[in-house]
Amino acid sequence: MSSVLVRSLLDSAAVASLGSAELNQLIPQGRVTDLLATLALRLQQADKLQQVPPHARRHLESAIVVHRKQRQDLAYEIKWLRRALAPTGQPLVLLKGAAYLQAGLPWAQGRMLSDIDLLVPAHAIGAVEAALNASGWQSGTLDAYNERYYRKWMHEIPPMAHPGRRSTLDLHHTILPPTAAPRVDASLLLRDIQPVQEGLFTLAPADMVIHSATHLFHEGEFRHGLRDLWDLDRMLRDFAGQDPDFWRHLVPRAEQLDLLDSLFHGLNYSRQVFGTPVPSSVVSQAENWRRRLRKPLMDFLFTRALQPDQPECRRPGTALALNALYVRSHYLRMPVHLLLPHLLRKGWMRHFTQPADGEPVAGKQGDK
Amino acid sequence: MQTLGGLSGHALERGLRDGRLPLCVGPYVYALQTDQSRVIDGIGLLYADFPLAAADDFVDYRIALRQRGIVSRLRRQVDFYFDHQRPFAPVHRDTAYASLEWGMNWCVSTGANEYLKLHAAVVARDGVAVVMPGVPGAGKSTLCAALGLSGWRVLSDEHAMIVPGTADVIPLYRPVSLKNESIQAICSFAPDAVFGPLSRDTHKGTVAHLKADLDPASHDTRPLPARVMLFPKYAKGEPQRLSARSRTESFIVAAFHSFNYSLLAKTGFRAMQALLDAVQCYDLVYHDLDWALRNLDGLHRQVGAG
Repeated sequence: MSSVLVRSLLDSAAVASLGSAELNQLIPQGRVTDLLATLALRLQQADKLQQVPPHARRHLESAIVVHRKQRQDLAYEIKWLRRALAPTGQPLVLLKGAAYLQAGLPWAQGRMLSDIDLLVPAHAIGAVEAALNASGWQSGTLDAYNERYYRKWMHEIPPMAHPGRRSTLDLHHTILPPTAAPRVDASLLLRDIQPVQEGLFTLAPADMVIHSATHLFHEGEFRHGLRDLWDLDRMLRDFAGQDPDFWRHLVPRAEQLDLLDSLFHGLNYSRQVFGTPVPSSVVSQAENWRRRLRKPLMDFLFTRALQPDQPECRRPGTALALNALYVRSHYLRMPVHLLLPHLLRKGWMRHFTQPADGEPVAGKQGDK
Repeated sequence: MQTLGGLSGHALERGLRDGRLPLCVGPYVYALQTDQSRVIDGIGLLYADFPLAAADDFVDYRIALRQRGIVSRLRRQVDFYFDHQRPFAPVHRDTAYASLEWGMNWCVSTGANEYLKLHAAVVARDGVAVVMPGVPGAGKSTLCAALGLSGWRVLSDEHAMIVPGTADVIPLYRPVSLKNESIQAICSFAPDAVFGPLSRDTHKGTVAHLKADLDPASHDTRPLPARVMLFPKYAKGEPQRLSARSRTESFIVAAFHSFNYSLLAKTGFRAMQALLDAVQCYDLVYHDLDWALRNLDGLHRQVGAG
């Protein structure tokens, strides 16, 4: 049985018949997955929001307010980013949530953001960082170890923040850590970028799907996992409807980027959770004996992780699956001879630098 | 309507341990769960007059305070949970009660955008509300507590919830939070005042909560019109005064002390405008609580007459 959140996302008409026990699950499920505004706007568009009882509805409406402000702030921030990047001659390439919203993709209505992700060529990262610094973005203050770790091993530099506008920015030069097994050629992604507004770009549709899947299935923390899978379901439906050749090119492109493992997971779980109409020929094209062999284990892990983190959605083995996926994410990020010293070091640092009592822990920057 | 105080000690304890005690706080329902006996005692004392919601009512905020795992037990730490997530680092169990109150505030501060929310205490007399915004340390809670113990109704010591387009304030009474010297000040002001558990060495120093729902209408959920916006400032060295201040400047300060003024964008601006159009604005500089109370009574008579 899928969660009441998934059912309500897929079928707006279903919310009218929810009982009080289900409404009591729906709002927390939407809150913890950050899908509340998405749900609210879908209901509003289907003219079903008014059918939600007022006590639950006010939480949905409240989420719409937060989303609207984020959208407005994003557009404003983009204006400054465009200006900041102009002297470098680099195109402004947005990734993930900011890209979906700025491209005006209809299904991205309600998508919440935690930061803005940019992609620039590796050779230009110094120039772009300097240009951003000159326009007021500050590179995050990290301790020496974390700083070195980011600069040497990561696919992004430490998060940058604009103190005046309180925005955060992740500057990527590729989409996976260079130490990860897939050999991703980020220049392929940059070659196919699509203009969405004057001087503003996103990845091409297939690349957007592949990146979204790559990000989700290399993740170690699944609080927003269901939201990211929802993105994937929506974009697959949207892009396949726009371009009859979309499915034909998807698997070869993932192969070219060395990211077929992630795409395979993406297609599978999007189908399993949201019933995405992926042609079976595409799934079998993405499959090989190794993936087929691993599938039962992966199914065990991901069907548990890609659920709202609420008691009613837990199944036997959920805690085990979440722990295993956390370890897996580190293992995917770097080979064991780099990973072990890193984890020991992190464990040591965490043990001796406890956060102060009652300090917020969510949204802490720069912790890898 | 059944109140929390109407439960037997056993039913209260079991309800809180199981997380099956839905509590009505203004327009919201909180479900609280805890395994901490100090917290249970505090809730039993300070929330005795709060109405209980029906078992199948919609719960707005599900909160828990409990120990997790063996390490946190050894460290005597307690975790705060909202929606079964832990948004904050654990705290020492002796300060768990203060964390509960902060956590309950935090739920409203980060959600509830159906209202314009000012960081302000709100009191009322004869159906007329006074909104008192203020920076932490300005003495708004102290004043609010003293007023609550002197015949005024406390609507909130933290959130002024304004219905956009009106000057109506939604009551959201919860125990009044007092810090450091304010605790002693109120103890001497009203020696028989009822306080919850004392939390020492928190990031805000020593904190205690006062039971201030003495007015029989304290848990009435109907909105009240605001007629006065008062900016209290506790200052020992300065001459005491109650003086009119400009609406424009009050608008700016109130907006600055709002939780969601900018989040609400145009709605926020219009809501603040409607509120400021309806209130008279005053500064209150005080160091003697009795003096402050006398002057507020005078102000109330004057506004009530006008």
